[in-house]
Amino acid sequence: MSTTSEGATAQPEQERRRGGFSSRRVFILAAIGSAVGLGNIWRFPYVAYENGGGAFVLPYLVALLTAGIPFLLLDYAIGHRHRGSAPLSFARLRRGAEGLGWWQVGICFLIAIYYAAVIAWALRYTFFSLDQAWGADPEGFFFGEFLQAGDVQVTADVVPGVLVPLVLVWLAVLVIMALGVQRGIGATSLVFIPVLVLAFAALVVQALLLPGAGAGLDALFTPDWSALTSASVWAAAFGQIFFSLSVGFGIMITYASYVGRREDMVGSGLVVGFANSGFELLAGIGVFAALGFMAQANGVAVDEVASDGIGLAFVAFPAIISEAPAGALLGVLFFGCLVIAGITSLVSVIEVVISAVRDKFDTSRLTATLAVGVPAAVLSLVLFSTTSGIYVLDVVDHFVNQYGILVVALVSMLAVSWALRALTGLGDHLNVHGRPRVGTGWRLLTSVVAPAALAVVLVLALRDDLATAYEDYPSWLLLVFGWALVVALPLVGFLVARLPWRAGTHLDGPPPGSDPATPLGATTTGHDEGGTR
Amino acid sequence: MSTAAIVMMVVAMTVIWGGLALAMVSLVRHGAVEDRTENVRRDL
Repeated sequence: MSTTSEGATAQPEQERRRGGFSSRRVFILAAIGSAVGLGNIWRFPYVAYENGGGAFVLPYLVALLTAGIPFLLLDYAIGHRHRGSAPLSFARLRRGAEGLGWWQVGICFLIAIYYAAVIAWALRYTFFSLDQAWGADPEGFFFGEFLQAGDVQVTADVVPGVLVPLVLVWLAVLVIMALGVQRGIGATSLVFIPVLVLAFAALVVQALLLPGAGAGLDALFTPDWSALTSASVWAAAFGQIFFSLSVGFGIMITYASYVGRREDMVGSGLVVGFANSGFELLAGIGVFAALGFMAQANGVAVDEVASDGIGLAFVAFPAIISEAPAGALLGVLFFGCLVIAGITSLVSVIEVVISAVRDKFDTSRLTATLAVGVPAAVLSLVLFSTTSGIYVLDVVDHFVNQYGILVVALVSMLAVSWALRALTGLGDHLNVHGRPRVGTGWRLLTSVVAPAALAVVLVLALRDDLATAYEDYPSWLLLVFGWALVVALPLVGFLVARLPWRAGTHLDGPPPGSDPATPLGATTTGHDEGGTR
Repeated sequence: MSTAAIVMMVVAMTVIWGGLALAMVSLVRHGAVEDRTENVRRDL
C-alpha cells in the first residue's frame, strides 16, 4: 500500500512536479478559455435561430442548469479530488476505469490535429480581411483559390497558403504548452480572454451600428413557441450546451486537477458555465446583427443568408466585410476573435494529452510536450494542409463530435454514477469548500437527467447518419475517417491502460489530502488496496 | 425589431448575464481562501 506517511509526504512533491494554476482567477479564465471556442461564435447563433429563436432561450437554460453545469461539476469533482489527468483520475476512482480516461485522451488528440487547421484558416483570413482578398466571390475564393479543394479524395498535394499558418499555429501552441500550466496556459488565458471579450464586444458594437442589424436581431430573437413541443429542439439545446462547455472528454478533469485543494469548485463552475453562455449570447447578437446587414444589402430575407460553421465564417462573413463600412476592422476583429478563442481551446485539448503522458510515464514537461505535440503537428500538417484537407476535416469533426465525445461522455457519466457509485463521495468533496452545496438534486441530474438527454441527442444523430450518408461523402471516406476512428478510440484507450504506471504512483482512491478524511500525512485509507503497479 | 423579439432578447440577457453576475458575487463572498503555502506556483 502506498498511502503511508511516506507516500503522503511524496504527494505534494508530485503535485509540484505536475504544475498548477497560481490562483482561482487563473483557473476560471483558463476554463472559460477552453469552453469558449469556435462553436460559441459560429454554432450557437444558428442553432438558436433554427430552433425557435427567442423561444430557444427556455430549453437552452433548462439544458444549462439540468445537464451542463451538473456535468461540469462532475468533471471538476473527479479531477479536483483525484488530482490527476483523466486516466489517472479514473484509475484512482477504480483501476478498471482507467481506459475511459485514455479514450478521452485519444479524442482530444484527434480534435487537436484538425482544430489547429481551422485556427490556421482564421489566422490567414485575419490578414485577408485587410484588403478583402476574396474579391466578389468569397465562396469560390475559399474553396478554390485558398483551399484548392478538388474532388473528394485524399491527396498529398500541399497547399502552401494553409501549410504556413498551420506551422505557425503549432509553433505557438508548442511554446505555450512547453512553458507549463501557469506560465503557459494560465498566462495565455490571463491575456487572451480579456482581449477576446473586448475585441468581440467591439465587433458587436460595430455590427449593431450597421443598417439592417435590427432585422437580424428580430430574426434571432422572435420566439416560435410551437418549437418547444419538438423533441429535436430540446435535443439541440442539450447538444449545444454539452458541446459548448467542453465537458465529458477530459479537459475539465485535467484543469480541475491543477486547482488548489481548498478552492470552491461549485462556485467556480457556475461562473464558468454562465460566462460561456454569456459569450454565446454576445456572439449571437453580433453575428445576427451582421447577417441582418447582409440581408438588407442584398435585398433578401435573413433566412437566405443565415448559416453556421465554416460557411458562416469563411463565406458569409467575408461577404459582410466586403460590403460593410470599415469592413477591414470588422474582419480583423471577427477572425482575430476566432484565432484567440481557438488557441485557448486548443491548448486545453492538448493539455489533456500532455498531462496524461506526464502522469503515466513521469516525463518532464518539455519531453511530454514534444512527444505529444510533434506527432500531432505532423499529422495535422499531413492531413489538413493538402487539397483534400477540408473533406477529411469535415468528416473527422462530425464523427468525433457525434460519436466520440458524446459516447465517451455518456459512458463515463454512467460508469461513475452507476458502476462505480462515486457520486456521493464526489458530491461530499465538492461540498467541503463549495457553495452552493450539491446534494440529491445534483446526483439525480448527473446520474439520470444528463445521461438521458445525451442519449437522446446521440440516438437522433445516429438516426440521421444511418438514414443518409453524412454530406453525401463517399462510403470509404466515412468509414476510414469516421466510423473506424470512433471505434478504434476506446480500443486503443483500454490497451494503453494496460501499460504500467510510473513507480510510486498512488492509485485506488484519492491521494492523501484530497478529502478531509484523508489529510496530508494520514496513513492507510479504507479503499486503498495496493497503491502502485 | 418586434416587441416579442425585444422582450426575449432582454430576458435572455437578464437571465444569462445576470446569472453570471450573481455567480461571480457568490463566489467572491463564499469562495474559500486558497492555501497559498501549499499550492502557489507549483509549476516547474
